[in-house]
Amino acid sequence: MSFPLLTVTAVVPAAGAVVTAAVPAARRTAAKWTALAFALATLVLAAVVTARFSPGGARYQLTESHAWITAFGVRYELGVDGIAVVLVLLTAVLVPFVMLAGWHDADPLETSDRRWRPTQGFFALILLVEAMVVIAFESTDVFLFYVFFEAMLIPMYFLIGGFGDQAGAHGEDEQARQRSYAAVKFLLYNLVGGLVMLAAVIGLYAVTAHQLGAGTFSLPQILHDRANGTLTLSTTAERWIFLGFFFAFAVKAPLWPLHTWLPNAMGESTAPVAVLITAVVDKVGTFAMLRYCLQLFPAASKWATPVILVLAVIGIIYGALLAVGQRDIKRLIAYASISHFGFIILGIFAMTSQGQSGATLYMVNHGVSTAALLLVAGFLISRRGSRRIADFGGVQKVAPLLAGTFLVGGLATLSLPGLGPFVSEFLVLVGTFTRYPALGVIATLGIVLAALYVLVLYQRTMTGPVKAGIEGMKDLKVRELVVVAPLIALLLFLGVYPKPVTDVINPAVKDTLSDVHRTDPPPKVTVPAVAAAKENAK
Amino acid sequence: MDPLIGALVGAPLLGAGILLVGGRRLDRTGHWIGCLWAAVSFVIGVVLFADLLSRSPAQRTLTSHLFTWVPVAGFQADVGFQLDQLSMTFVLLITGVGTLIHIYSVGYMEHDENRRKFFGYLNLFLAAMLLLVLADNYLLLYVGWEGVGLASYLLIGFWQHKPSAATAAKKAFLVNRVGDMGLSIAIMVMFTTFGSFAFRPVFAHVGDVSQGRLTTIGLLLLLAACGKSAQVPLQSWLGDAMEGPTPVSALIHAATMVTAGVYLVVRSGAIFNAAPTAQLAVCVVGAVTLVFGAIVGCAKDDIKKALAGSTMSQIGYMMLAAGLGPIGYVFAIMHLVTHGFFKAGLFLGAGSVMHGMNDEVDMRRFGALRTYMPVTFVTFGLGYLAIIGFPGLSGYWSKDKIIEAAFAKGGTEGWTLGAVALVGAGITAFYMTRVMLMTFFGDKRWQPDAEGHEPHPHESPKIMTIPMSILAFGSVFAGGLFSINSAFLKWLQPVTGHSDGHSPVATWEITVATLVVLILGVGLAWQSYGRQAVPAVAPRGSLLTRAARRDLLQDDFNHVVLVRGGEHLTRSLVYLDHTVVDGAVNGTAAGVGGLSGRLRRLQNGFVRSYAVSMLGGTAVLVAATLLMRGV
Repeated sequence: MSFPLLTVTAVVPAAGAVVTAAVPAARRTAAKWTALAFALATLVLAAVVTARFSPGGARYQLTESHAWITAFGVRYELGVDGIAVVLVLLTAVLVPFVMLAGWHDADPLETSDRRWRPTQGFFALILLVEAMVVIAFESTDVFLFYVFFEAMLIPMYFLIGGFGDQAGAHGEDEQARQRSYAAVKFLLYNLVGGLVMLAAVIGLYAVTAHQLGAGTFSLPQILHDRANGTLTLSTTAERWIFLGFFFAFAVKAPLWPLHTWLPNAMGESTAPVAVLITAVVDKVGTFAMLRYCLQLFPAASKWATPVILVLAVIGIIYGALLAVGQRDIKRLIAYASISHFGFIILGIFAMTSQGQSGATLYMVNHGVSTAALLLVAGFLISRRGSRRIADFGGVQKVAPLLAGTFLVGGLATLSLPGLGPFVSEFLVLVGTFTRYPALGVIATLGIVLAALYVLVLYQRTMTGPVKAGIEGMKDLKVRELVVVAPLIALLLFLGVYPKPVTDVINPAVKDTLSDVHRTDPPPKVTVPAVAAAKENAK
Repeated sequence: MDPLIGALVGAPLLGAGILLVGGRRLDRTGHWIGCLWAAVSFVIGVVLFADLLSRSPAQRTLTSHLFTWVPVAGFQADVGFQLDQLSMTFVLLITGVGTLIHIYSVGYMEHDENRRKFFGYLNLFLAAMLLLVLADNYLLLYVGWEGVGLASYLLIGFWQHKPSAATAAKKAFLVNRVGDMGLSIAIMVMFTTFGSFAFRPVFAHVGDVSQGRLTTIGLLLLLAACGKSAQVPLQSWLGDAMEGPTPVSALIHAATMVTAGVYLVVRSGAIFNAAPTAQLAVCVVGAVTLVFGAIVGCAKDDIKKALAGSTMSQIGYMMLAAGLGPIGYVFAIMHLVTHGFFKAGLFLGAGSVMHGMNDEVDMRRFGALRTYMPVTFVTFGLGYLAIIGFPGLSGYWSKDKIIEAAFAKGGTEGWTLGAVALVGAGITAFYMTRVMLMTFFGDKRWQPDAEGHEPHPHESPKIMTIPMSILAFGSVFAGGLFSINSAFLKWLQPVTGHSDGHSPVATWEITVATLVVLILGVGLAWQSYGRQAVPAVAPRGSLLTRAARRDLLQDDFNHVVLVRGGEHLTRSLVYLDHTVVDGAVNGTAAGVGGLSGRLRRLQNGFVRSYAVSMLGGTAVLVAATLLMRGV
């Protein structure tokens, strides 16, 4: 038996969570370093996974397969394709930054010591979320995926509900109430989504059990059996099961109009936790659309495509318009994320190579750019003790570095060429346009609106005369720079040379597209694109 | 030679990187580092120019493929450069005038604590503009295109502590983004049409595509050009952009940014030539803008805003020429280059005046400055003569050709466009004479500044006047030199193509007519601002004057319709999201399993809420199982 690399990549952060939680209460700093060490170890493992993965090889690589609950045909099956690889790597890259940025977020308040070992808990929960997200990306068994898809809600619930920032406008108690509301809302929305999915998962099992004799949740096996005709889904069944899956993923992603939990959750939690929500956990939703909805239910996916595309475009415009109207920095970023998730879902369901590669790349870029913007916003908010945009003004005068990095994060969010998000956004737009020109054009409006909400935010907080409460604001500290600088470097790299990433993603997208039997619309003029490219290179 | 093309872009980009990442330790040397990298780029440009000249006209296209940028199935975006006569012309203008502006800024920004950053942004501006003109495909061009937008955003808003500067910067970026949308959609249409967006394959297959499609592409490119080149209806950002330090205005108006739209249209000539409707649209936009800008220029008392109106108007001339097709491409670019000299000179001159007048910009508070600032007076004066088209100076050669080409379009269109261009020349003479008279002649109308300092006008230091003198030299001679033996035409023709057209009016008739309107314009201005004393406070003015002072009410329209309307829309949506969408989803959830209304009232009861939602979930489960039974 070969070395179970994928399992280890998930087990290390899980073990890290246990170890961190076990560090004695008084030794907070030791706990932080322990957690960071485990996160970095996970990063190394994820890098090894990436290096070992060979694009263009077998569809699922580094596979592991063991029987788990034999009575129900549930297996412990892991394997990664190109899409999963980059997302595992993204998660492993972001978590250390999340920890560093939130280094003092869970320090005990001088005013009260209500919480039980909050520091250890905070860092252990982050690691636990990481472990669950990683295994959700890696699993190729539907049930295994479902278990962790749901289980990650629990540590997230505690992270949102237990560790708000000290920036509420209405005092400690009101803030605790808001936070609790946000956490419960997050949990309920996702639980309902998850339970609907559970019904669909059971439905899928029933179908396989009925037709194959023994039920199975194994994605490769189901694909195999559907391909050779031993397993057929009736149109009605496929549609219902698809909807069950899709609903859960659309809540998590989130897709308009199921988005309303996100602004609450991101607004009330600390900036690093908000990054964890939008940049890491939510990606499981869009990832699962690509992996489960399209691959398991190609016909139903095509059937639902028109509605989903329209919802996605509504989400793009709606999220952006709402971002423009926000008065709270973090809620603004949350609505911007809703707009961006619209782009991702649009790219997935446009069902073109550019759309889906773009959507996958978008997940990566959105993760990095939102992390950059949101973490700097967090530094800003913790300095002022407020999230209200109106409480800021003239920051660039007193803290130019903070303002500058905030601007770079903002420019990435508005998809400036040269930074990563531009590439993916343009791919999604082109990929959509080739098949649905009208939707492509409407979605392009999103780039104007993005410029509006980002630049208005920058103008109101950073420029103009220095406001009361801003004077004497400290510029970025070394720890904060260590968080921001690599993220910016990464954004530049992804903007200038995304080829290494697209090379990993493209073969997986090709497989997915052939699952749904879609090919790219050919250009009007029959100039083979490759020939055109060569002609140009001459 | 080919790798040098990348170095053209790389040099200023490296400079920007060094200056922006280097931090405070470079504060004392930063401005020279900035000048150095701009100059390096210029030198490389000259070397490449010499290389091109040594080749035969047909062999003057160099390409350089750096790396594959975004490869996804049929979508192949590369980082590759193409240097031909058209790009070369721009490269020399951008780096040459750009370097002069860098040097001038060393003096102008001497007392600014953020001078290093300023030079970093200037370098970035050059790099972006060079990328724009050197890219061999539209997507890479788009990178430079938005890069220019970013650099202008940073520079217009350079004095970020001033709310007006921050607002102007944001406005410039946003209006430009509207144009950028046009370019990105144009690229998408190209991709669906040709399977490529690189210049060569697209231009090679223009013939295989329906005219409707080409018109669509052309109009989308025009939208993009309107944004970057401040053409009606996307011109509103240009006046406000004067909030930036004056060298920035010189850079935006002369060497970079606003010329980009003209470049785009001329570069895409193959597409426009096959899409007459789109061409006509370009002409109309140019003609409207040239009058619009000229009228605005007549009414402004702020010297920089008067010059901004003038830029709009002059770019209008270029767009008009570019829309004429092969009759006009060469002259559009020639006017662009001569305009680059005299407009940069005029702006640097205006900056020099402000430098000596405590940063005053109101021309009603200038007057009689000619004896106090002789070098500024002479260089500005030569720029003035060039822009109004004084015979023999640069503007005369290039503008007359455009007027002639407009008539040569033929038919009613030709007569109309020609007449508009001719009238525009008269208005140009009027407003520029007004600027000249109000600033350098007449009585002293100087006023103490806000802090009560009396102005003590003085000539600017050498580091500022030398670049001004060089530009004045270009304003005088460039046009003439280009016209000797039709040198400029022969140089560009292999790229843009050229046809003479059949003008219904003889060349000498146009020359005479132009001179007549020129004299009329100058005379009228002399009548109002030379013979009569200039009032220190602006008179109420006619309805048109008042409208023109407000940029012909376009901003008011934008404010009422877009800003106010937008605010209402977003506010209602925020309310809607909170009540209707959130409420509906919560309500639906409630309907499923008796979660009713509890969501809001739930306090900390994790367990309780879990139980409640389990209940709801179970209901869903049961329902789903029932539905599944038939499977």
